[in-house]
Amino acid sequence: MSKFQFPESIQSRPVYGTLAPRPGKGHLMIADAEGAEALLDLAAQDAGLMASAHVIYIPKGTGFADRLRALNPAQFHEGPSYAAALPRLRRVLSDAHMGLQVYLAGTEGLMGQAMNEAMAAGIPQGAIQTEHRGSVARRMQCVHCKGITEDVMTDPFTCSHCGLNLFVRDHYSRRLAAFQGVCIDAEDPGNVPDPVRLYS
Amino acid sequence: MSAAPQKARAGAERIAVTVSAVVPLNDLVTRFEFTRTDGKPFPPFSAGAHTVIEMKDGDRTRLNPYSLMSDPADPSRYAISVRRDDAGRGGSLFMHRNVRVGDAMTLSYPVNLFALDLRARKHVFLAGGIGITPFLAMIAQLDRMGGRWELHYAARSAALASYADELTARHPARVHVYHDDQDQALPLADLLDGQPLGTHVYVCGPAGMIDWVHTTARAHGWPDEAVHSEEFLAPQPGKPFEVRLCRSDITIQVGEHESLLEAMERCGVEAPFLCRGGACGQCETDVIEADGTFVHRDHWLEDEDHASGKKIMPCVSRFVGKTLVLDR
Repeated sequence: MSKFQFPESIQSRPVYGTLAPRPGKGHLMIADAEGAEALLDLAAQDAGLMASAHVIYIPKGTGFADRLRALNPAQFHEGPSYAAALPRLRRVLSDAHMGLQVYLAGTEGLMGQAMNEAMAAGIPQGAIQTEHRGSVARRMQCVHCKGITEDVMTDPFTCSHCGLNLFVRDHYSRRLAAFQGVCIDAEDPGNVPDPVRLYS
Repeated sequence: MSAAPQKARAGAERIAVTVSAVVPLNDLVTRFEFTRTDGKPFPPFSAGAHTVIEMKDGDRTRLNPYSLMSDPADPSRYAISVRRDDAGRGGSLFMHRNVRVGDAMTLSYPVNLFALDLRARKHVFLAGGIGITPFLAMIAQLDRMGGRWELHYAARSAALASYADELTARHPARVHVYHDDQDQALPLADLLDGQPLGTHVYVCGPAGMIDWVHTTARAHGWPDEAVHSEEFLAPQPGKPFEVRLCRSDITIQVGEHESLLEAMERCGVEAPFLCRGGACGQCETDVIEADGTFVHRDHWLEDEDHASGKKIMPCVSRFVGKTLVLDR
């Protein structure tokens, strides 16, 4: 099972739900890795949904693509990365009409970034459904150099841009779709605790 | 601490005005225009705002909310349009029968419970009858901003479609009028279909129309956040009842044809309000003790608040029973 129960946190930390079918003229589903399982569960609740569904899926080395394809969505796109799928996503949103339902599933980094695109296209945040599945890796912004490091699994971690040792905070920016990482050894350079896996 | 000065009286701040024009539009609707008695410009307002008009009807003070329909960018005047309701409680009849050019009146500062959502990519307005008034201000505001909009306006007949001719003449491609007497129905499902992402819809009209729009939009997959509505309720008559106001330490009687809020005001209790129509939430009052049944009519409280018996909106809701004690 790919589900993970996040502990209670501060207000800015996103909270994810469970995808449920909603009435709509079109259904845009964006998922990565184990997020596919959430889409499979969604299709099981209402098989009719897939006839008007556009699925954008980023497998990240998992083997779910064939099972998603077998749902017979109206359109199915498999991409190597979110960045590679982004032009397609933007095109779909710019052509879309009111009544489009958006379903996001998988890692926090994928959901946060795709939510940003959907909101920029005019969909209110509360109308976008999300379900976390799979990795608890985070997309982190270094508050010092502003560089973003994807798929952070440990706390502290080293900024992939400026090399500072960063403490993983729950403070989340919806604009950047990223959590904030803050230098952990600014007062005492080199005094860095051993990294531990997130949520271990 | 808020920087706003403590208000001495309930409701929004008031402005002394002079009636500058009374323009009958058709059998039912008359426009009233006001200038400020002190000659200063009016406070600016955002489209969709309403003002509460104070009417001195003998020894009775009537307070009715009306949408401001004038151009929000014109601080020299405020205008409202009033539909005469012959079966109503008398406020609109008073406006039609008694108010003349040159009369001194009092308006409240504008309060907006029906603002444009300026994040919208496009605005679709749905008006039923006199529900056209807030949209006149919204159209003026959007035209100045270069906003994208369309109006669908349902009226009983061409004669009663106030402002339809002016609107159609000025915006022939954006204004669509439907007349009940010609069996023209507002094609709601069709016009919800195919709207670009980021469209917001606004409805102002009778309760049935508002419900219809909310229900249809939801069935078409529109987010609730993109559907806006405004309806002010008039207080309905009911059996007289007695209320104990424990903070004021008095017991008052609410008559058949007055609201609980009006009864409090008559007895000298300054209770908060902004809309007097069950929509704004300002007059929300805690119930200390109740033995009887509430007649909730507001749009404000959640169903569970209604069921709890712990809250009442005195502007439109009533009570039937033995004892009611309020924290007021």
